[in-house]
Amino acid sequence: MKPITLERPTYTEEAPYKIHGGCGLTGICDESGARFSGEVPIRSMAVQRDRGNGLGAGFAGYGIYPEFPDHFAFHMMYHDIQAKEETEALFDQWFVVDLAEPLPTRSVKGVEDAPLLWRYFVTPDPSKLEEEQSDEDFVVHAVMTINAPVDGAFVASSGKDMGAFKGVGFPQEIGHYYRLDEYEGHTWIGHNRFPTNTPGWWGGAHPFTLLDWSIVHNGEISSYGINSRYLEQFGYKCSLGTDTEVAAYLFDLMLRRHRLPLPLACKALAPPLWDEIERMPEDEREVMRALRAVYGPGMLNGPFAIILGFNGGMVALNDRIKLRPLIAAKQGDLVLVASEESAIREIAPEPESVWMPKAGEPVVARVRGMEWPIHGDLHLTPAEVSCAVDGTEDVCEIVESLEVV
Amino acid sequence: MPQTIIQPEFNVVIDYDKCHKCGRCAQQCGWGVYDFNERPIPDDTKCKACHRCVTYCPARAITIRKHELAYRDSDNWSPQLRRAVWKQAETGGVMLTGMGNDKSYVHLFDHLVLDACQVTNPSIDPLREPRELRTYLGRKPDSVEVESDGEGGFRLQEGAGVVNNIELATPIIFSPMSYGSVSLNVHKSLAMAATRAGILMNTGEGGLHADLFPYADHVIVQCASGRFGVDPEYLRRGAAIEIKIGQGAKPGIGGHLPGEKIDREVSTTRMIPQGTDALSPAPHHDIYSIEDLRQLIYSLKEASGYKPVGVKIAAVHNVAAIASGIVRAGADYVYLDGFRGGTGAAPTIIRDNLGIPIEVAIAVVDQRLRDEGIRNQASIVAAGSIRSSGDLAKAIALGADVVAIGTAALIALGCHVCQSCHTGSCSWGLTTQKPELTRRVDPEWGAERLTNLVNAWSHELQEILGALGLNAVESLRGSRERLRGVGLDAQTCEILGVKPAGR
Repeated sequence: MKPITLERPTYTEEAPYKIHGGCGLTGICDESGARFSGEVPIRSMAVQRDRGNGLGAGFAGYGIYPEFPDHFAFHMMYHDIQAKEETEALFDQWFVVDLAEPLPTRSVKGVEDAPLLWRYFVTPDPSKLEEEQSDEDFVVHAVMTINAPVDGAFVASSGKDMGAFKGVGFPQEIGHYYRLDEYEGHTWIGHNRFPTNTPGWWGGAHPFTLLDWSIVHNGEISSYGINSRYLEQFGYKCSLGTDTEVAAYLFDLMLRRHRLPLPLACKALAPPLWDEIERMPEDEREVMRALRAVYGPGMLNGPFAIILGFNGGMVALNDRIKLRPLIAAKQGDLVLVASEESAIREIAPEPESVWMPKAGEPVVARVRGMEWPIHGDLHLTPAEVSCAVDGTEDVCEIVESLEVV
Repeated sequence: MPQTIIQPEFNVVIDYDKCHKCGRCAQQCGWGVYDFNERPIPDDTKCKACHRCVTYCPARAITIRKHELAYRDSDNWSPQLRRAVWKQAETGGVMLTGMGNDKSYVHLFDHLVLDACQVTNPSIDPLREPRELRTYLGRKPDSVEVESDGEGGFRLQEGAGVVNNIELATPIIFSPMSYGSVSLNVHKSLAMAATRAGILMNTGEGGLHADLFPYADHVIVQCASGRFGVDPEYLRRGAAIEIKIGQGAKPGIGGHLPGEKIDREVSTTRMIPQGTDALSPAPHHDIYSIEDLRQLIYSLKEASGYKPVGVKIAAVHNVAAIASGIVRAGADYVYLDGFRGGTGAAPTIIRDNLGIPIEVAIAVVDQRLRDEGIRNQASIVAAGSIRSSGDLAKAIALGADVVAIGTAALIALGCHVCQSCHTGSCSWGLTTQKPELTRRVDPEWGAERLTNLVNAWSHELQEILGALGLNAVESLRGSRERLRGVGLDAQTCEILGVKPAGR
């Protein structure tokens, strides 16, 4: 696949420099796979209103399009009609488009200057795939091509059975604008943004997505410069002027393309200190040494808490020395993570356990029975891998029993 | 006519009221400045301003001044140029010099500034938090391949992971300086310091003296066009092997160590007869093309049991394409030597007029290797006047994995940059083989000073990382977003891949 070399034109409202800021996060996953309303993450974000300043908020939901499970759902933002026409011409060229419609919205006070919002349910045109090119690689290339060279068009999300809903406003405003209360999903992540300048650009809000991956992020990635240059080597073009984007692409690179197991990908992004590595048993030590030497340019340095959503669950991760808040809880089948405990207790008033994840230790929530989305050839069944990841036997037993059924 | 019409550059001024008449100045001076007859009588024409006598005068009675001779002003014909013409008119020879290019070309490092954290991301507290400098020198695979260990964990697949890499405690190594150009005591100091600091020294092209065998795990053994001291044991003994193609101070030029410097020890180490001139050809006569280089790289790997093999080149106009070829030829690291790099001896005209700055070379090589998707296949070592930890941090931010220091290491050992290494009479006992001079460097003393220098720069690099909010050096490496240009034109900024300050 050819790397993208064209520069993306900048919007008039967009800041020409990297945007810094603080943020609030939430992530809620029902491990039983039961779907719940988008009103739930809105409530969880609403109590974290102080963590944003009304200049960006967004959500991503999984399991929201059961009627289109095998289609790539493109959520598009268009600056103008011309951008829409140019993009749709590309869609027609690359994909079989089974449904194209405006994203349903409702008028909400405080939400202004929305771009044209459309969604498309598409499948790649098999005749357009290069030899040995996967559907996913094809879609990644399409996303990069639209985001960079098409003037005024921006892909908000492009995964299967999922979607991102984001814009300029406070979380409850954006959530209600997109009518999230009318959707149901098994996993939701949410974000509230406090940028230190006023770009007012909808595409700059979180979550950032690629394929099924969606990322919400609180913090600043001080290593953005090298992370983005590292990703360019692999054909990713960081064109959105925000450091969160690199986290999404790094997960895609390591999990999907390099087939690294999720816990190791987390370790590569937020690795233990050399002192700790030296004290590890030999096999583990050598793995960690290799991860740091090979993925050093991808290490996310600086303060961050991120939640990665995917079809089948979510992962929450703190930076290697825990410089940003992140708290986790479990209540029944619900796994909740957020920047503040209040955001968790709004949804789960009496969780069985609440804990502060350690620096660099991922919190993993898995929807039982769903295929593990990481196609690592680890000589393990997905069930075994999930046990390895969770370290919990009950999940193992449940998954095994499901397989027997 | 007088023997020469060239006036001395310096005046040796002695305060005879303070002078003890002890004669130590005459004893210390390697250049023969002093005639001692009841009191020291200096010959200004011989002084190199190396301050050896100044340092060792017990009465602090000596000072060296610039010979303030007025010349008719000319921005075109500087006094230096006039002196050079006179000298050549008198001798008909090629002007020789030591150390690196001293001309006033723009110092790009001095036009680059680093970022720092304020509010939106916390800086790292140097007293409480780690800031890791560990660096691996060598080829890295594209990805890490693991398999389940059957117990919920993972282990590397057979043959996967990072092999044939050298672990460095900090991204600083010592540049190649051959035994012959510098003394054995200097070599010992470098080897001991490299071992203590967890880094590497480099033999240069003069072979490895037996006294350095205990430190061989911290030594890069060089294979240069003269093949001095190269045999299978030598190749197997070092931590890595380096093919020297060129040197920043004299790109495209070979070397010449005069026979009088080839004493018994140098002769044994270089494996050449005592008293013969050691001539390094300008090219390797078995490398006339990139495919020849590939064959030598793999011959050396075969001969050494697959030690990492690096290739050192001078930074020249087409350095990006050359470096790319070197990486594709199988090198584990590319050593780039900028046009300010030092030397034991080089024609002045070559030293001062050939090659390009290291800052540019790092930027274009790093970018080219990334464009070609092979950046991970080799490390970049950058040298050619790394003068401080500021230069070190900027070199790394531009894209270097490791920097190499030569002149700075010699300065740590007392060098005053008098640019007279080629004379073989270094009063500080560094670039000489005269036993009465070489014994001035005690290897233990030298090792301590060199270790201190490396540790000091490492601490300073940690301070810089902390201010940048980074706790590991790999997050600075190639992160040009953290650099800004001050007073650079737009095209230079573009070539360096940095924005101007204010953007």
